[in-house]
Amino acid sequence: MDSSAVIQNIHRDDEGSKMGMWLFIFTELLLFAGLFIVYSIYRYLNPAAFALAAEQLSVTIGTINTIALLISSATIAMASSSIRLKNKKLTLFLLLVTIIMAIVFMVNKYFEWMGKIDHGFFPSSPTLQSLGSGDTLFFGLYFFMTGLHALHIVIGIVLIAIVFIRVKNNSITDNNPVLLDNSGLYWHMVDVIWIFLFPLFYLIT
Amino acid sequence: MENHNNTHIIPYKTYLYILAGLIALTLISVGVTHVEVGEMSIITALVLASIKSVLVIVYFMHLKFDNRILQIAVPAIFILVGLVIFITFLDYNFR
Repeated sequence: MDSSAVIQNIHRDDEGSKMGMWLFIFTELLLFAGLFIVYSIYRYLNPAAFALAAEQLSVTIGTINTIALLISSATIAMASSSIRLKNKKLTLFLLLVTIIMAIVFMVNKYFEWMGKIDHGFFPSSPTLQSLGSGDTLFFGLYFFMTGLHALHIVIGIVLIAIVFIRVKNNSITDNNPVLLDNSGLYWHMVDVIWIFLFPLFYLIT
Repeated sequence: MENHNNTHIIPYKTYLYILAGLIALTLISVGVTHVEVGEMSIITALVLASIKSVLVIVYFMHLKFDNRILQIAVPAIFILVGLVIFITFLDYNFR
């Protein structure tokens, strides 16, 4: 094919691209690690308030969101295999499932946040001020950490949508799947962060 | 440069097994919170979360089939984070 001959002439270093993606992931992990340290210290200093405040969160919504993210991670990982097996249709389907699961996550998150805000739990709300500093810290960290994570989900949706379009118009193929792989790496990192956020905020009560 | 052709293609089945395992571990960690109380539940939840993240990193992120540098660097980052948390807690406990 004509186009593949052109692609082979362009200098490309897939190993280097992947390394760069991993370095970026390391910085992201350290960013969230800092927040996890803040969370664990404040939890250690206010054990009773954190345990009570955590009971306000819905374990059901948290579990559904965890499973949605795990499925989306599996589908984008499978997309990395299917593009190499030259199965374009399956790749597009798997990427679409990934995006849908991410949207399911965001919709759940929206209802969860709105529920909390309706009950008067939002940063510097009168309800929280009457409850004391432990609850204020818990919900402050809850909104900041899940919010920062949700921002990463939104970025992921945009990124995977770009990959979807590029697979569709054949600019990502089995010959050049590195953008799909790197988006997958980013998405798995978002998943790993949620794997720790979920028990820390929802389960430990 | 060797590009893309040296990548090991993981069969779909492996991903589905890992996914099933991850969902099972999630449900176990939710179930355990109803049973256990106190310090143990924190430890169980964190151990289960660590097992899940190892599965995601090793299989979904292909670390098992990646080059040696990453196989050393990725655990090193997690050990670094663990050490920083440990030292921070030492500081809070003994100040």
